[in-house]
Amino acid sequence: MSAPGTTAPIEPTVEHPWHHRHMLDVDVLSAADIGLVMKTTDAMKEILARPITKVPALRGRNVTIIFYEASTRTRVSFEVAAKNLSADVVNIAASASSVTKGESLVDTIRTIEALGAHMIVMRHGTSGAPYLAAEVFSGSVLNGGDGWHGHPSQALLDLYTMRAHLGDLHGKKVVILGDVLHSRVARSNVWTLTAMGAELWICGPTPILRGFDAWAGRWANGRGPSGHAGFTVTSDVDAALADADVVMALRLQRERMDAGLLPSLREYAARFGLTRERLAAAKPDALVMHPGPMNEGVEIAADVAVLDRSVITEQVANGVAVRMALLYLLSGIHGGAPEGPIGG
Amino acid sequence: MDGRLIMSADEIRRSIIRISHEIVERHAGTEGLVLVGIQRRGVPLAERIAVAIADHEGVTLPVGALDITFYRDDLSLVAHQPIVKGTAIPVDLNEKTVILVDDVLYTGRTIRAAMDALVDFGRPRAIRLAVLVDRGHRELPIRADHVGKNVPTARDELVKVHVTETDDEDAVRIERREEQA
Repeated sequence: MSAPGTTAPIEPTVEHPWHHRHMLDVDVLSAADIGLVMKTTDAMKEILARPITKVPALRGRNVTIIFYEASTRTRVSFEVAAKNLSADVVNIAASASSVTKGESLVDTIRTIEALGAHMIVMRHGTSGAPYLAAEVFSGSVLNGGDGWHGHPSQALLDLYTMRAHLGDLHGKKVVILGDVLHSRVARSNVWTLTAMGAELWICGPTPILRGFDAWAGRWANGRGPSGHAGFTVTSDVDAALADADVVMALRLQRERMDAGLLPSLREYAARFGLTRERLAAAKPDALVMHPGPMNEGVEIAADVAVLDRSVITEQVANGVAVRMALLYLLSGIHGGAPEGPIGG
Repeated sequence: MDGRLIMSADEIRRSIIRISHEIVERHAGTEGLVLVGIQRRGVPLAERIAVAIADHEGVTLPVGALDITFYRDDLSLVAHQPIVKGTAIPVDLNEKTVILVDDVLYTGRTIRAAMDALVDFGRPRAIRLAVLVDRGHRELPIRADHVGKNVPTARDELVKVHVTETDDEDAVRIERREEQA
């Protein structure tokens, strides 16, 4: 681990074994852990480029995917990732399960375990729900997004995509623009990007920045956790975008907008939407990112989303590789047998 | 350095040259040959064989690198997942003759995994195996086509191949396996 504020190399220089059983959020990952995920993702990208994109690494493992919230890309991405590793995949739509009959989360997890799951991928509307699942489940839990709290696989695929274009992120200016208050993507990205030494800016309307203000204050002047840089929070879009290397727009979560935080969608689009005009302040080749699904014309203009430097579809493709890497790394954490070479 | 020296740098160099001749002789030429080294020390050995063949045949063969981690038969047994070193197969393997190259042939399990990995890239005309050291104790019906040196060993011994590309020297040594702590 590097000391706070130093510019130690990010890549693991020695072989660094993985020791996390669950992937609940990225806040527990050291820079070396993150480097190992990135390196393993490279290997998974190579598999995805083959004529046959399937390897037998997780043969005989059962990966059960249970999503209590709507999702297309994350759920399908985890499913494709698990199948590429030859795992057996069980999909549970919470809306069509005994959850609708009042079964508790703990009972559901115990049932899934009794049905043979080795790993559970879970999305839940309540922040912290995967932590409860991890307490009762004997295998590994992967958080596919919980409430406003965390979305670790998204943050890691965002990081992978940035590094693929920019290399080392030290001193690179990354702007997360939009509805950060309701965004688990933003919260997880704060951890990974500050661990990588990026110059992180969080930007949105003032009422939506509450919480992030206080967070940035706690981490100011090198008082953040070991190895994490501080970050800047502002409602000044032009200051945030000036000379940015990466601009990530976040979905305005309309379903969570009833609390009167914003006057109207149109006003939001006019003042905070990512348009060509605003993007002109960023570096000429700045990456445009979005975790999806997009509200085109609200947080991002339709013509910005399809620019050459928009890597939004690349994020989706990298998501499969990152999730393969996470499933592979987590699947190794179980006791007993000795470590060692295959032996000839 | 600990251990008994069983191949010096010169012996390794001569073995590589002999194997390079054997490969070409057996194949009756170089047409359609591809060298694939198994990570990690098979890769520099494959590159050296390619250099030797270029020396005497004037043809530079494609060289690939194969990581067999995802194909291991003991993945569910190891306590931590091995770190993946990466695979790079530069050409289409369909109808090619692939020379798999590794440093030590022991149980044969690595080669079984390597063959499973290779056929995911296509259907080679043939797969042959070249190793620097064959130390015996096979657990699968696998044999090498080209061998640098046959070394009788006990199971509690370790054969360590060092190559300058990763270890600052060329040498093959034999050591007692350290007691498990």
